[in-house]
Amino acid sequence: MTREILLIEDERNIIEAISFILSRDGWTVRTHSNGTDAAEKVRSLRPDVVILDVMLPGRSGYDILRELRGEPAFADLPILMLTARGQARDREMAESAGVSAYMTKPFSNSEMLDAVRALAPVP
Amino acid sequence: MARDTLTGSRIRERRIMAGMKQAELARKASISASYLNLIEHNRRRIGGKLLLDIAQILDVEPAILTEGAEATLIAGLREAAAHARDSGAEIERIDEFAGRFPGWADLLAESHRRIGALERMVETLSDRLTHDPHLAEALHEMLSTVTAIKSSAAILAEPGEIPPDWQRRFHRNIHEDSARLAETSRMLVGYLDAAEDASAETAAPQEEVDAILASAGYRFAALESGTADPAALARALGAEASGTAREMLSAVLGRYAEDARRVPMPALQEALAETGPEPFVIAERLGTDAAQIMRRLAALPAEVAPPMGLAICDGAGALTYRKPLPDFALPRFGAGCPLWPLYHALTRPMMPLSAPLAQPGRERGRFVAHAVAVPRGPLVPGAPPLFEAHMLIVPAAPGAAESLPVGVTCRICPRERCAGRREPSIIAR
Repeated sequence: MTREILLIEDERNIIEAISFILSRDGWTVRTHSNGTDAAEKVRSLRPDVVILDVMLPGRSGYDILRELRGEPAFADLPILMLTARGQARDREMAESAGVSAYMTKPFSNSEMLDAVRALAPVP
Repeated sequence: MARDTLTGSRIRERRIMAGMKQAELARKASISASYLNLIEHNRRRIGGKLLLDIAQILDVEPAILTEGAEATLIAGLREAAAHARDSGAEIERIDEFAGRFPGWADLLAESHRRIGALERMVETLSDRLTHDPHLAEALHEMLSTVTAIKSSAAILAEPGEIPPDWQRRFHRNIHEDSARLAETSRMLVGYLDAAEDASAETAAPQEEVDAILASAGYRFAALESGTADPAALARALGAEASGTAREMLSAVLGRYAEDARRVPMPALQEALAETGPEPFVIAERLGTDAAQIMRRLAALPAEVAPPMGLAICDGAGALTYRKPLPDFALPRFGAGCPLWPLYHALTRPMMPLSAPLAQPGRERGRFVAHAVAVPRGPLVPGAPPLFEAHMLIVPAAPGAAESLPVGVTCRICPRERCAGRREPSIIAR
């Protein structure tokens, strides 16, 4: 059974690169590019892992994360956050919102793949 | 030690600077070396012909020896000492120091001034990185594009076969992203350059307007005399600015022209001479609203009155007009200090507010801020009024009441326990 990952990111070429890497690693990759209804997308797809960008059109990744963590069904959902801001307080903000892991752009493919594998190890 | 007792120290300093031995100067001045030694150590007063002779021998004006360092140098040293209270600087000997070592003293005072200028530059830049949405967006765009290029390039560089259609796709993506990166970089450099030279090519419209107003000294003689059309003047002054900035400038100048027509400068100066810089009193006297008087006072020429700062914000608190003073900074971006009376005025519309203020950090001057919120535009029956707040910043008279410490904006404010704090300060940490 393949595992499913939802990539919430608005940069088309980042979506293509990450989708390729994760697909090659055996993941079924779903994508979504809008912050406004991103939480609803998570509820409908119920993926095994979510990769969530911070700066999204319509709504910030932090807000989406906080909303999801407020629901028991997603309290433990592995969520990897991608951001262009690497300052300590941004990391603290993500951690206080309940992020599982946090990566600062630009990251390498192997770093991203390692982070995803660590969040959802093969049973 | 009183300054007039240090003539001897200055003679000694000047003699040493001239490379002259004490015995040589004594001989030329026809006095004994031991007597000169007493003079140089301020144990004997000196004046009259002997002072004139020694000044002539040392090739300096006698006043240089008797009056010592300039007041500005002493003031600069005092400011430096006050800024570093724990340094142990011997303030009571500041005059002696300046008199004996004028070169070093000048260097110290100049260094302190330079540090102040650099601190203000850091404040400006920090403020910009925090609050400038254009800069934040451009950097985010660059980092995202770099991420896409890095990721796509790494996929192509990895060993192993990649399907041809994916190869083409990644080549195309890298090509697109590199072009995008080049364009974003070019725009970013242009934007940052605009901040340096006030060229407004890629700056935010409000920033462009602020730069034009600042370069004009916040005063427009042609509008004072009624000989220029505000829209035409905006087009001329904003020829290099964006269309949005020109439109905003036209509105600012239109209001300026109307203010000048309603409150001519001679009438304002007459009222100012009688009441001092009291906008509420002047407004009552001239039968107009205080906000208009504040704008007029801020447009006074420097030869008429000490410069006055002005901040105007809309009902949402966004600063729409900034005229800072050298010692009372206003943030270039984002909101100001929530402790300012400017914002209190929004919560108490039509109520005149005045408060003594001082900004933290360096030894800044004290000010009195007068603020009022008035409706913006005509009142419409059944619709809530839109308020706009004005705050006039006036240098405080000597001996003014205890000042309320306020900041510029939270990001650069060192006050740790402040109920109004929005975010941590880079200075406090």
